[in-house]
Amino acid sequence: MTNKITFGSVFLYGTLTIMALFFLMPAYMAMVTALKLPGDISLPAAWEFPSTINWASFSDAVKMLKPNFINSIILTVCATIGSTVLGSLNGYVFSKWKFKGSEVVFTLFLFGMFIPYQVILIPLFQTLRAMNLYGGLPGLILAHIVYGLPITSLIFRNFYSQIPTALIESGRLDGAGFFSIYFRIVFPLSIPGFVVTSLWQFTQIWNEFLWGICLTRHADNPITVGLAQLAGGQAVSWNLPMAGSIMAAIPVLAIYIFLGRYFIRGLLAGSVKE
Amino acid sequence: MREASRDRLKAFLTLLPSIILIGVFVYGFIGETIWTSLTDWGGSGALSLTPEKNFIGLANYVELFTGVLGGGFRQDLVNAVYYSVMLLVGAVGLGMFIAILLDQKPKGEDVLRTIFLYPMSLSFIVSGTIWRWLLAPQGGLNVLPKYAGMEPLDFQWLSSTAAILEFNWQNLFQILLYVAAFLLILTGLWLLKKDSGMAVKRWLVPGIAVGAGAWLFGDLLPEALFMEETHGFNLATMGIIMATVWQYSGYTMALYLAGFNGISQDLRDAAMLDGASEVGYYRHVAIPMLKPITISAVIILSHISLKMFDLIFAMTGPDNAETGHPALNMYLTTFRANNFAQGAAIAIVLFLVAAMFIVPYLVSQYRQRGRR
Repeated sequence: MTNKITFGSVFLYGTLTIMALFFLMPAYMAMVTALKLPGDISLPAAWEFPSTINWASFSDAVKMLKPNFINSIILTVCATIGSTVLGSLNGYVFSKWKFKGSEVVFTLFLFGMFIPYQVILIPLFQTLRAMNLYGGLPGLILAHIVYGLPITSLIFRNFYSQIPTALIESGRLDGAGFFSIYFRIVFPLSIPGFVVTSLWQFTQIWNEFLWGICLTRHADNPITVGLAQLAGGQAVSWNLPMAGSIMAAIPVLAIYIFLGRYFIRGLLAGSVKE
Repeated sequence: MREASRDRLKAFLTLLPSIILIGVFVYGFIGETIWTSLTDWGGSGALSLTPEKNFIGLANYVELFTGVLGGGFRQDLVNAVYYSVMLLVGAVGLGMFIAILLDQKPKGEDVLRTIFLYPMSLSFIVSGTIWRWLLAPQGGLNVLPKYAGMEPLDFQWLSSTAAILEFNWQNLFQILLYVAAFLLILTGLWLLKKDSGMAVKRWLVPGIAVGAGAWLFGDLLPEALFMEETHGFNLATMGIIMATVWQYSGYTMALYLAGFNGISQDLRDAAMLDGASEVGYYRHVAIPMLKPITISAVIILSHISLKMFDLIFAMTGPDNAETGHPALNMYLTTFRANNFAQGAAIAIVLFLVAAMFIVPYLVSQYRQRGRR
């Protein structure tokens, strides 16, 4: 590409700048509003920079959302580990130990990823109640592990199908069995697969709301539910919900900004074909 | 050989717990919800662990589609259809456009890609909270023109009660036939260049016949409702559509960008040598080659718009009639009104619509894997 200013390059950079501003607009608005004193927030001056920087909104938001934040950390870490480990084993079987009908089973798994979750909500609610798991985090963790299986199995299956079958065969000739092949050959090669899958699951579970609001009681609400309640009250001034939004966004934004490459791979894997 | 068969057994046993979990939690639960939707589970005592359920057939569905109280649900369904279509057009269009711009390899491509994709990592509750503030009637987006020296807007993004493209639900069957005719004719016109004989015979003639039939004999069709009831595209959903497009264009952009990068430079050079312009290259070479990506994007976006709950909840609250959605209606019906059977029926309607997209998609994916 040349450095000459042409109509094309003006159009290209001009359009990209306008679009980038449109995409950054909500982030700017959230930051500016969170930093204002409640009295300084007014609708006509919403875009203006705060006259005095007020960090107190963040400490207030942390104080109010801290229990939810901790719940979300526990929930997300446990459910991510569970669904990733199971997904890795499933992907190993689906790609290297195909049996008669395993492709059909795999397709039936994938279907579970595309259902609107409203359709399983009522039986899930009743089942967790019958198992005495309703209202707390263990029930929510179980739900996230089970419904995470399709996507984690899919990512690992696609990942493992890149491992040459010859490698597995040579392991078998050396007398290694199903599990020793997994632990000695496949698992050491799957660190990137684990990173991609666990980051993807982490963001999905962190951001989930429907089960959070339907299946947990107040003390065990995850961060999304806590934020919705904080923002839903009419009396609160807008600096608090904005600070809360930033707080709820930070863990996933950090993943996205620092480990974006892996995040995008998970995102592409989610579209089934790679 | 005995070793090998024992390993096979181990492989199957490793998978078995997951098969059982998916079997129960996905397929068993769907069956359970179908059964629930055919009962009268609700009212007082609904929250007991062993609630009283009596089989009442399709009465819940009949109520949703023809009952007096189902009017809210019918508007929600109309909202969901408009919402899905607008989201598909918006997010696929904008995402493709940005991907083409970034495929020109401008300076700072990495930073720009990060900016376009970051909304995708956020929770709908986070983005919904922020967008609600951005769309406040006397502030946010509406005052932006002021900075360019223009009059501020006064559009009620989330609370407008106006609706456009209104229709009478009584004429539903006629309208569906018009839509079918329109789609047939559109496909026919699109195929006209490729294979004109097939296009006319298979698509254009049937399309025109269906359209003319609906126009001439539409009055003979039964009315879908016993009373007049108008539904339309509620303008209050514009704000929600805009926020969703903002959040998901980056996703389609990433899909297309990965696709563009997968097309070899040789092919691109060859197209250019044949005299294709930049626009021509994308229109006739790149975009048609990425048809599988477009299909994936359409499937995933329609799935997202069909189950949309969090974003609407955060932007307008769960019980704003103007911006209602079947997914929210299901939540309110089930967990606020304790009408479990009716909630299950709404969930099944959503499920069937989603399955219409997903089942053919998964079946074709399955066949492709078999061929490889």
